[in-house]
Amino acid sequence: MSEDRKLLNPRPRSLVDRPTHFCPGCNHGIIHRLVAEAIDYFGVRERTIGVAGVGCGVFLYSYIDTDVVEAPHGRAPAVATGLKRVMKDRVVYTYQGDGDLAAIGTGEIIHAANRGEPITIIFINNTNYGMTGGQMAPTTLLGQKTSTTPYGRDFHQAGYPIRMTEIVAGLEGPSFVARAAVDKPANLRRARKLIRQAFAAQIEQKGFGFIELLSACPTDWGLKPRDALKRVEDELIPYYPLGVFKERKEADHL
Amino acid sequence: MAAVDAGCRYYFGYPITPQSDLPEYLSRVFPKIGGTFLQAESELGAINMVLGAAAAGARVMTSSSGPGISLMQEGISYMCGSEVPAVIVNVQRSGPGLGGISPSQGDYFQATRGGGHGDYRTPVLAPHSVQEMWDLTFLAFDLADRYRTPVVILADGMLGQMKEPLDTRVPDGFEIPEKDWKLDGCEGRDQRVLKSLYLGPRELEEHCWKLWQKMEDMKKREVRWEGVMLDDAELLVVAFGSPARIAKTSVREARKEGRKVGLLRPITLFPFPEKIIESLAERVKAILVVELNTGQMLDDVKMSAGKNIPIKFFGRPPGTDSLPSPLDILDEIREVYPA
Repeated sequence: MSEDRKLLNPRPRSLVDRPTHFCPGCNHGIIHRLVAEAIDYFGVRERTIGVAGVGCGVFLYSYIDTDVVEAPHGRAPAVATGLKRVMKDRVVYTYQGDGDLAAIGTGEIIHAANRGEPITIIFINNTNYGMTGGQMAPTTLLGQKTSTTPYGRDFHQAGYPIRMTEIVAGLEGPSFVARAAVDKPANLRRARKLIRQAFAAQIEQKGFGFIELLSACPTDWGLKPRDALKRVEDELIPYYPLGVFKERKEADHL
Repeated sequence: MAAVDAGCRYYFGYPITPQSDLPEYLSRVFPKIGGTFLQAESELGAINMVLGAAAAGARVMTSSSGPGISLMQEGISYMCGSEVPAVIVNVQRSGPGLGGISPSQGDYFQATRGGGHGDYRTPVLAPHSVQEMWDLTFLAFDLADRYRTPVVILADGMLGQMKEPLDTRVPDGFEIPEKDWKLDGCEGRDQRVLKSLYLGPRELEEHCWKLWQKMEDMKKREVRWEGVMLDDAELLVVAFGSPARIAKTSVREARKEGRKVGLLRPITLFPFPEKIIESLAERVKAILVVELNTGQMLDDVKMSAGKNIPIKFFGRPPGTDSLPSPLDILDEIREVYPA
């Protein structure tokens, strides 16, 4: 590229220049970039610590250039709590999938949220366990076929898809709770803004910030990337509505 | 109290009998000295908060008992894998299952064999008095930082409730080391990562050998034990924790009867005092192992002593009124070693 041309949207400083291991059409890469953009936006890369959950997102440290600690499956909000209690002036975020946060980690997320820990939770919902090969998650839609619901999820057998954002928003503790998608440019722009707000809740000392991101998993859904994005729009968003579910304008306990 | 003086300012835990005196005390003290006491939603939450605080470089601890320690094993394994130091106090209650709350040593295997999944062990310290709970707490934080590992203090329900005089001494040369690996944001330096996932070729194998090397170093440098009247002993009693304390009286009484009995009390259960037991086994006539379980440390004594010496076991699995008296142990001594 010649000198007189300038990239309108250059790679964020916090995003490592490295090809990801994610499958073609996976939305993790886009969401990683949005998280990196938010960290750059606040200029806090050098005082941010990430907590990687277990799942496809565990390699967070390979792509986002902040300090990172791995947490056991589901425990990222507890690890983040310990970190933040020691490093009160640092920015602490977790990156967790739906198997991690909505199944094995329900105890940790509910209580971290309820305590209003000043941390940011990036919650990726792709309605299955991606890394282990596409098993049913608590978020799997009714009728959705996965490797452990070969005939489609049946509520008699496996209950209903769980809406974590609504549950977390129902607690007194959190400051900011929202759900977004990255399936098309308009939603992506909105997601960028909401991720920023989820960090802002922490940085502006309002407290606990939570953002759920609906994410396509073409490989485990058995769909082409474009069809997977269409499924986000046609099936996921109607069940998991987008928007801000809770927003506190000022710090808690004042 | 020792933890506070040893520079610990973070405690994350979950209530369980018989160790609740400890969190209740810290919940009163920490707010006054700028420390953090947090009652977690579960032992899973607690140990992972410990992991997070330790990753940030803090001196941090938790305490629990039996079932709670079982839940913490996941986090302890991760802490070993990612080489994050902390102190974990297990005031043993009796199991398995919900069991009971009487003094027990049923968690010996769990504590000394690693306890969680994967290929690791942690240092295990076994106090037998209030003074030693104090002294070993300093040692535990020191070992944790030096070897970057969780350290277990293995007490029992009797020690947990004990009241006795205490010298609040600080060890010579006490200092809290700087941690050049902690996560505090990568200002002016490269990213740091604390992790236990290794998928690259031979990465995990090398990592496991590195952890093994630390264990070998501990075996060389950190073995601690107390000997009582060992010089001319013909019968060796081996016991740790509360039963060792009871056995001290039994050994003294046996001496009054003219029986040459000595006591070896392991203070570190890992690393285990193998060498001293091996050398004593060459000159005593028999060994009596006393534990509050059905025989766990017994295995380590057998491995250290070899097969050429008779080893008798006196165990009292826990239950109401099951704590042996000095006379109970003396009777065993008389049986193994007739006058």
